[in-house]
Amino acid sequence: MSPDSAIFTPLLLAALVFFAVSCYKRFSLVTIGRTEDRFDAVGTRLKEMFLYAFGQLRVVKRPFGINHFIIFWSFVILLIANGEFLVNGVFPGVSLALLPEPLHRVLLLAFDIVSLLALVSVLLAMGRRLLLKPAYLDSAYVKARSVEGFLILTFIMLLMLAYFGLHGVKIAMGQEDGAWMPVSSVAAGLLSCASPGGCAHCCLLPWGAGFWWAHALVLIAFLCFLPMSKHMHILTAIPNCFFRSLEKPNTQPREEFAKGMSYGAGRVDRFTWKDLFDGYACTECGRCQDACPANATGKSLNPRQVVHAIKTNLLANGPLLRKGGEPLVPLIDGEGEGTNTEETIWACTTCGACLEACPVFIEQMPKIVKMRRHLVQMEAKFPEELLNLFENMESRSNPWGIAPTERTKWCSTLAVKQFEAGETEYLFYVGCAGSFDARQKHVTVALATILDAAGVSWGILGKEEKCCGDSLRRLGNEYVFDRMARENVKLFTDKGVKKVITQCPHCFSTLKNDYRQYGLELEVVHHSELLQDLLAAGRLKLTKQVEELGKVLFHDSCYLGRHNDVYEAPRTVIATATGAAPVEMERSQENSFCCGAGGGRMWMEEFSGTRINHNRVDEALRIEADTICVACPYCMTMFEDGLKDRQAGETKVRDIAEVVAEGLRPA
Amino acid sequence: MLAVACIKQVPDTTQVQIDPVTNTLVREGIPFIVNPYDTHAIEECLRLKDRFGFRVAAISMGPPNAEATLRKALALGVDQAILLSDRVFGGADTLATSHVLSAAISRLADQEEVGLVICGKQTIDGDTAQVGPGIATRLGFTQLTLVDRIEHIDPQTRVIRVRRKLEGRHEIVEGPLPAMLTVVRELNRPRYPIVPMRLASTEAEVQLWNNEVLKLDVNTIGLKGSPTWVSRIFSPEREKGEIIGDGAHDPQGAARMLIQRLLAKDLLPL
Ligand code: SF4
Ligand code: SF4
Repeated sequence: MSPDSAIFTPLLLAALVFFAVSCYKRFSLVTIGRTEDRFDAVGTRLKEMFLYAFGQLRVVKRPFGINHFIIFWSFVILLIANGEFLVNGVFPGVSLALLPEPLHRVLLLAFDIVSLLALVSVLLAMGRRLLLKPAYLDSAYVKARSVEGFLILTFIMLLMLAYFGLHGVKIAMGQEDGAWMPVSSVAAGLLSCASPGGCAHCCLLPWGAGFWWAHALVLIAFLCFLPMSKHMHILTAIPNCFFRSLEKPNTQPREEFAKGMSYGAGRVDRFTWKDLFDGYACTECGRCQDACPANATGKSLNPRQVVHAIKTNLLANGPLLRKGGEPLVPLIDGEGEGTNTEETIWACTTCGACLEACPVFIEQMPKIVKMRRHLVQMEAKFPEELLNLFENMESRSNPWGIAPTERTKWCSTLAVKQFEAGETEYLFYVGCAGSFDARQKHVTVALATILDAAGVSWGILGKEEKCCGDSLRRLGNEYVFDRMARENVKLFTDKGVKKVITQCPHCFSTLKNDYRQYGLELEVVHHSELLQDLLAAGRLKLTKQVEELGKVLFHDSCYLGRHNDVYEAPRTVIATATGAAPVEMERSQENSFCCGAGGGRMWMEEFSGTRINHNRVDEALRIEADTICVACPYCMTMFEDGLKDRQAGETKVRDIAEVVAEGLRPA
Repeated sequence: MLAVACIKQVPDTTQVQIDPVTNTLVREGIPFIVNPYDTHAIEECLRLKDRFGFRVAAISMGPPNAEATLRKALALGVDQAILLSDRVFGGADTLATSHVLSAAISRLADQEEVGLVICGKQTIDGDTAQVGPGIATRLGFTQLTLVDRIEHIDPQTRVIRVRRKLEGRHEIVEGPLPAMLTVVRELNRPRYPIVPMRLASTEAEVQLWNNEVLKLDVNTIGLKGSPTWVSRIFSPEREKGEIIGDGAHDPQGAARMLIQRLLAKDLLPL
């Protein structure tokens, strides 16, 4: 039953060469990408890899992920068994039996059990694809019931069956001790029944050889198929967790502006090597697609497809580009799988749900912003509505193009100080929405009142305040963002600003994270955090419990929650003010669903599909809350508009500051 | 063939206030922008460049800091930028301005045939709409004002047919080249500068032409050559508004009332 190593060895060698060449062909292509350092903090990286690749922490976030966990670990353990199998095929004298007997037995037991677990998991996975077929497994180019999906599952199944068959034969023939191999023993029993009487040896020998070759051929086929398929993630997922972005990708990398450079990614080799490697690591699990608000509302954007398109484009153009040639398949606005449409690229709200969902830390959204950078900066191609925005930002430093002199209109009835280092502790960075938007100005006033009531020392920049530039950066207008960031950094430094209060998560994140790239380290707090502290420290004493808002629910904004991990503060503030924790939506905290306004979408029309804010408003209305509580001016606008569209005038929208301010009114 | 865009640096008027004592514009600290109508003039010249390979020159009369305006034009893709700046040009009214601009265009025409001169319909600071027609008159060019569409242009046969946007109607006019056009905003959507061009524009040359170059009679230019004098600038008093209807309780009734009033004043074009 031992194989003929004279036949097997060349076969295996050929397969290994084929495997190596296929891997080289694919992986070497990532070197055409731009450089990026992902080799720092090796210790942390190893830890992350251990937690997320081997611990599968993200995979098991969804219930069915446990199935994958089992298959993954079975694979890891069976690597030893399969390794032995291959070595033994070439050198028949070498096997695990050479190990000390107790260890050998433990291994045999382990192999037997995990093989059974893997078999069951694979059957479940097949059943899921066949019977349940979750919508997010399907995409435009891969179907949940794809041949590939079933082929791989069948391979694994056959491998397990052959394993049991082979060892069953060995046990039946007395070559192995069945005591440590419960499942294989069952197989041995079945095989003995299949050959009643007669010479067990003669009858079982062909079975044994059959199982051996079945096992060998499936392994070889698997090896050859691996680099071509989505199951390449078996090779790439672990390194991808090692190379993950250690900081939340809540900023974009800076671009250097000098003559002769190109900006953004208009060709596949303008991405970094890690962007390209991501393509190989995608498992096609569809989780990012399932989480994406653009995809959920019928836009052409599907983050998984963006990653796939980049990979396909790399495979098509990479060999040419490496030789210094021109790409054949355009990265943007071509046809087929290897290209993204402009519409797709502009549909992203940069909500980060895809990043949060991906079990192998693929960075989908940053790639979209890189393509936007190309469109804006190299081709000046963008949705019409953005022209006004860009010009307003440059000439008046606010999205609406309102005269900067009107920045202080909201405080005409209040005694508000200018920020002065040494005199005032905090800079209250009001932000454009807080300064100009009629609805948000109420929030600004509420917050100012609260700050005074709590005795906080604060001041504003008044007419000197400028837009933080968030929308520009997410829209890929890095050149103008860069100028605005420099101006702001200079302004803050000149004024001696150290601590900043923001009421907008976009200002918050930009000042806190993006400006760090410019060497400005500020202590930035979002008002939810400050209010939480003031209430907890007893500096802010409410005169009454806020009851008139009824049942309150809280909507997490992307740039506060997912991008900056502030989840508890606003909830605690609401709970303190109203006496009850806010009710939660189905999609909340890190699974929150975008309002639709981030990533500069605030300034664009939403032509295709349904509206993202309607989707979210409907979810809120299903809970039948009386008040939707937000902590972001964009969310405020999107909910106010969405509720009007849904004619749900009874439901109120309030910023957390307004809720707290309510509690300050005389009882 | 050369297309010339005449552009002007203006204060961002939405941010301008009038000094109540001196009755002049308070310009301190007010950012300057390219006169918005002129951005459409630049764009139309660039489209002619894209279509027919015209060369495009942008000219601007103003103080030395108006160079920034010309750099913006360079970033958009004009081939040549000329700043007409000299103390003796200062204080010019529309007549004196048109003398300087015409002289500059004539000088350009010595080198290369000028097919079109395009100006914004007016500036947002002066609001006279006279400089463009002044240039056409001085140069003897076909004068086509308030253009909102170029219907046809043929550099070979030297004909141009445009649509003029007049109050309540359009007018199609045809004439020979060279022509001077003043344009309205509906004409086109100005392009956005790409970054490589922006960077290049910071180093590109802005030519400076003063009166030593243009050699104009000082009595026809600047303050001396300006028959117009501004005696007073003021914001007209705004009459107090009036609240009509009861929007809070009867929004439909209030809306109806509003529409009727607007119709009565002929403010709702139906
Ligand atoms: S950031 Fe949000 S909108 Fe953009 S692709 Fe990811 S999930 Fe979709
Ligand atoms: S990008 Fe990540 S989340 Fe999306 S399908 Fe691929 S592996 Fe899954």
